[in-house]
Amino acid sequence: MVGEGILKGLAETARNFFGSYVDGERLTTVQFPEQRLAPIEATRDFPFLVYDGEDWHAGMRCVACQICEKECPPKCIYIEKSADKKPDAMGKAQFYPAKFDIDISVCMSCQICVEVCPFEAIKMDTEFELSTDDRFGGLLLHKDKLAKSNEHYHRIHPTEAAAVDAGLAAERMAAEARTKAAAEAKAAADTKAAEAKTAAASMQASGGGTQ
Amino acid sequence: MSAASVAGEVMEELDAAVRPADDFGEQLLEVSMGPQHPSTHGVFRMNVALDGERVMKLKPVFGYLHRNHEKIAEQETYLGSMPYTDRLDYFCSITNNWAYALAVEKLAGITVPERAEYLRVITGELTRLQNHACLIGFLLQDMGASGTPLMYAFREREKILDLFEALTGARMMCNYMRFGGCRVDLPAGWLEQARGVVAGFPKFLDEFEQLLQSNEILMERTQGVGVLSKELAINAAVSGPMARASGVNYDLRKVDRYGIYDRFAFRVPLGAHGDVYDRYMIRVLEMRESVKILEQAMKEIPGGPIVDPKTKIRGFRPKPGEAYGRIEAPKGELGFYLVSDGSANPYRYRVRPPSLINLTVLEDMCLGRNVADVVIILGSVDIVLGEVDR
Amino acid sequence: MELEVAKAAIEAAVPGCRLEMVVNPSPSAQHSLLMDAEHAVAVATWLRDAEGMRFDYCSNVTGIDWPAKELTEKVKVKKLVDGPNGPEEKEVDEVRKTLVPGFLEVVYHLFSVERRDGPVVLRMRTVDREARVHLPSLTGVWRSADFQEREIFDLYGVVFDGHPDLRRLLMWDEFKDHPMRRDYVEPDDYEYEPTAHDEVLERARQHVIAAGGRTA
Repeated sequence: MVGEGILKGLAETARNFFGSYVDGERLTTVQFPEQRLAPIEATRDFPFLVYDGEDWHAGMRCVACQICEKECPPKCIYIEKSADKKPDAMGKAQFYPAKFDIDISVCMSCQICVEVCPFEAIKMDTEFELSTDDRFGGLLLHKDKLAKSNEHYHRIHPTEAAAVDAGLAAERMAAEARTKAAAEAKAAADTKAAEAKTAAASMQASGGGTQ
Repeated sequence: MSAASVAGEVMEELDAAVRPADDFGEQLLEVSMGPQHPSTHGVFRMNVALDGERVMKLKPVFGYLHRNHEKIAEQETYLGSMPYTDRLDYFCSITNNWAYALAVEKLAGITVPERAEYLRVITGELTRLQNHACLIGFLLQDMGASGTPLMYAFREREKILDLFEALTGARMMCNYMRFGGCRVDLPAGWLEQARGVVAGFPKFLDEFEQLLQSNEILMERTQGVGVLSKELAINAAVSGPMARASGVNYDLRKVDRYGIYDRFAFRVPLGAHGDVYDRYMIRVLEMRESVKILEQAMKEIPGGPIVDPKTKIRGFRPKPGEAYGRIEAPKGELGFYLVSDGSANPYRYRVRPPSLINLTVLEDMCLGRNVADVVIILGSVDIVLGEVDR
Repeated sequence: MELEVAKAAIEAAVPGCRLEMVVNPSPSAQHSLLMDAEHAVAVATWLRDAEGMRFDYCSNVTGIDWPAKELTEKVKVKKLVDGPNGPEEKEVDEVRKTLVPGFLEVVYHLFSVERRDGPVVLRMRTVDREARVHLPSLTGVWRSADFQEREIFDLYGVVFDGHPDLRRLLMWDEFKDHPMRRDYVEPDDYEYEPTAHDEVLERARQHVIAAGGRTA
């Protein structure tokens, strides 16, 4: 019969249409923005700077090494190093960024800055509703907008944040073990030097006596 | 001979052919189809000279999406170009990444660990599935099926894009491959989810067949239309499903056997007529073969590292030399030609785009057909302007 | 196909052609053959049609720009120098600068569908980068070179003699200059919006002033 193929196709369409009222598989959309699908954990949108603790300025992990600025393919990061230093999580005095700007109208979310950062200071955020009506600066994010807490990082990427925290804790413990070992070695060397000195002094005293 | 004068001469010649002096009866109608046109798959323009409804001359004009990717790559490091390759054929970002990574690995002599190869095959074949599904959807929309098959295809594509987002962080611009492996390993539960998607795919293909295969309108409009002969296909370096529909048995997964494709059992469908219907059917059959490859790969994937431990993320400087690496991308043969002068930036970076080369024979296929067929023939070539223009 | 074998076969089949092997030092080991412009079409046709060759699939046609280079080298030269006992010959270090002229290069990657072989890489060079930039077109041999040679004409400026339709491909027809050349200077007069950095903001300010607007 002519048109049989078309009728078979229409039957298929009808099955999908009426089926969408009864079968969840066939109804694949939600009424956004009233309903939202749960975000997928690994999703990445634009970078943000991680800080530990309460104070975003004191706790920021970024040391302005400018590696992310060099490696960024569209060159959307602009960093100015500070003149002074502030102590970081391990107490060491480090530079910090006096200016850290990301132009998110240029950023292409490639995530290379995250990959090359040696200090786990920059990570990818999941915020995508960022439209603004300010053409000339609304999409230029400065340090204050970019700084978000480690708790925020744990909320948006729990598995990744847990792994990063574990890594940083291991690094901290290794550093402490190294300083302890260095201090012990130094103490041993000091006592040895002191003993040698007293021995030499006593030798001199006794030697001076015989001379 | 400056470019402008050559261009001027050719335009005069074209004008003379299309508008001969004073004879209304013989005048050809010149139509510019595009660049904004819902069926041209992007900003693509065709200058068509018509005699009534029949195509007498067809000159494609493009460059509207030219972003000078090749020159940008000369100023970026090798790794910095990887996110830009996502944006070439924006439907299939993973295979673009793969071709570039393969070319750099050839240039620098980097090996890839086994688990990474399996990950590449799995993500690459998923990309092929969603590309072919979309293409069939778009082809049918061009034919007037108002988006129903397209939306069914997009339903499946969404499942695959969710997989990509869970793995790489982005749905389309994945930036997944690195030189010597992949960027990130599978998160927990991903393989089960992927198995579910792949298990449901044959049902979707059966539904599609039910919807379309014996549809009289489809068969009338596509059989015998846009025939490309085997000899012309080879001579014009047409590759991918378009060449195989013309009977050219050249699938780079079987010929070059790059990666670990020689471990998987799959067949290469070939067409007999080289018309639009054959190109449509080839893609349906290729989807079934991809499902087979995926099932095998997901069963056999071993553990291990996902990247060669000697590769450097920063300061990567391959020795001077050149390399041409190519893969079977969903659109055809995607090749990258890299010339290195020992510095961190490539001296010459060239993308061999399958869409552009496949377009060479567009005029040959369309001559003598109706205007309505031009849209369908263009749809069956499967172009993405990001790749054509770079 | 070993490139030496191919080279010997081509030299035997196309008399008078001058082929030079260009060694590729990278691990890819894809060496190439530099051929001269006069016999290029004959070499290409023979490679496509000959039994045992059948390179019927020209996969990729690329242009490369090699600008002129100045080589500095220290040479030991015997010169007449004033010595304590009058002029005498002495060996002196002299810095010699040679200008290696630049050229444009076109690279063809050939494969054989029939014999599942490849790649065979062919190269052609122009005489210089200014006026003598003509090369024969291989579109008559392999149709795939059609659009790719047009692109090389557009972006590098190599003129292909014998091409059926040599127009610009990606840039618009009235465009001047060839963008992919290494000495291309991009125009500074297109509109863009200022983003972070000082020099970009300064340039934008100058454009606004030049256009007669205020920048306060």
